Amino acid sequence: MKLEGNEKKEYLDFVRKNSPRTKHLNTLIKAFVLGGIICCIGQGISDLIRHFFPVYDEKTVSGYTLTIIIIITGILTGFGIYDKIGNWGGAGSIVPITGFANSIVSPAIERKTEGVVLGVCDNMFTIAGPVIVIGISASIVVGLIYWLIGVL
Amino acid sequence: MMKNRTIFFQKPVCIAETATIAGPKEGEGPLRNYFHNILSNDILGQKSFERAEIKMHIYVIKNLLNRMRLTEDDIDCVFCGDLLDEIIGCNYTMREFDIPFMGLYNACATFGEALIIGSTMINAGYMKKVICSTTSHFSTAERQYRYPLELGSQRTPLSQWTVTGAGCSLLTADDTSRIKIVAGTLGRVVDYGVADANDMGAAMAPAAMDTIVAHFKDTGRNPDYYDLIVTGDLGHSGSRILQKLVKDKGYDLGDNYTDCGILIYNREGQDVMQGGSGACCCNLVFNSYIYSQLKRGKLKKVLFIPTGALVSKVSSLQGETIPAIAHAVDIEVL
Repeated sequence: MKLEGNEKKEYLDFVRKNSPRTKHLNTLIKAFVLGGIICCIGQGISDLIRHFFPVYDEKTVSGYTLTIIIIITGILTGFGIYDKIGNWGGAGSIVPITGFANSIVSPAIERKTEGVVLGVCDNMFTIAGPVIVIGISASIVVGLIYWLIGVL
Repeated sequence: MMKNRTIFFQKPVCIAETATIAGPKEGEGPLRNYFHNILSNDILGQKSFERAEIKMHIYVIKNLLNRMRLTEDDIDCVFCGDLLDEIIGCNYTMREFDIPFMGLYNACATFGEALIIGSTMINAGYMKKVICSTTSHFSTAERQYRYPLELGSQRTPLSQWTVTGAGCSLLTADDTSRIKIVAGTLGRVVDYGVADANDMGAAMAPAAMDTIVAHFKDTGRNPDYYDLIVTGDLGHSGSRILQKLVKDKGYDLGDNYTDCGILIYNREGQDVMQGGSGACCCNLVFNSYIYSQLKRGKLKKVLFIPTGALVSKVSSLQGETIPAIAHAVDIEVL
């Protein structure tokens, strides 16, 4: 159907004005709380490791902490719990490393019906892939700027 | 006879019987007493959700044939569609039957399209009995159009919940029941430039308005001619937009208007945001609730307008806006 004049623009303006919006304050507080809780759990795990294995240095402890949190998230995703947490807390569940783990495990589960190689392996990074690529590209740019400042 | 965009069937086509199967979430909704069957889980022991959707589809068609004591030879054709790529759900369903098959796709408006094509075939005298059906499944649609199920993403307030279910109607040339398809208005593809794939209601409302206004113009009727005017899956926000759009064109839909996406879920208790959507949303509501109301004589004249957002993941990513379509079917007790 062909439209005339600014019928389209008027309609889009009307829709924008009358659509229900996300309650930003509400979602911000929830995200803050959930992100905080996840970070506290991470801190707790790292303190426990430090307590029981005092020989480990700072880097090793943080490595183990990340691994444990990623494993827990993977399991929670597999049991269909993490998506409910994410639906409640939004960005609070995405920003910590748990969000990254969830974004790799969830497509892997979903695509297992299409086989291991072309299903799971091919689709594992459909959501996390762009994040990794942009993250690495950004770190290169930032690194170059840092280097340039040092040279000057 | 076709006047402008509306086909008036010379001999109204009978909707002899219907069959439905609803998913677990739909089975907890306000229409639970009207569905013929309700599933307790949505995977049905299959290895994929696609297989589950196919199994539901096979079940409803068999159920309809059994209840009407018909064999596959009695049916001249099945007109059906779903939301999967290449409508694979229907293709694999029809592999199980020795019945001619015509696959349709108009997204969530497919059921309206099927009813109009089926009626036309019967009215023209080529066919005696046809089945019109559609299916949709929350888990296959999420994967088709959005994100993996287990991804912890937040649903926006504008989003709708894809209905899990399958339903079919048997159209016949004889007078098995008094419920008849009298006329059908064909939709045009309408695109007012809504690009947000979560805001299906706003994308589809102009298409519904276009078809409804054309229907009233072609028939010379007013909205109060009908006991019920029901759109497919505009949801709460889309229905409000439609009421305003139709009012701007000089028709008031009034209190007899509602939407299948609103009827199928309990908005407060079921966390469905704007309501239901999907190719089976209007189908489930029509074949269970509306059909039984027609049968009991509580409704006499219904204007049924399935609406479809012709969205695809590829076109969305390429920056295209969402075209939409709606077909109106006039169903009356004669």
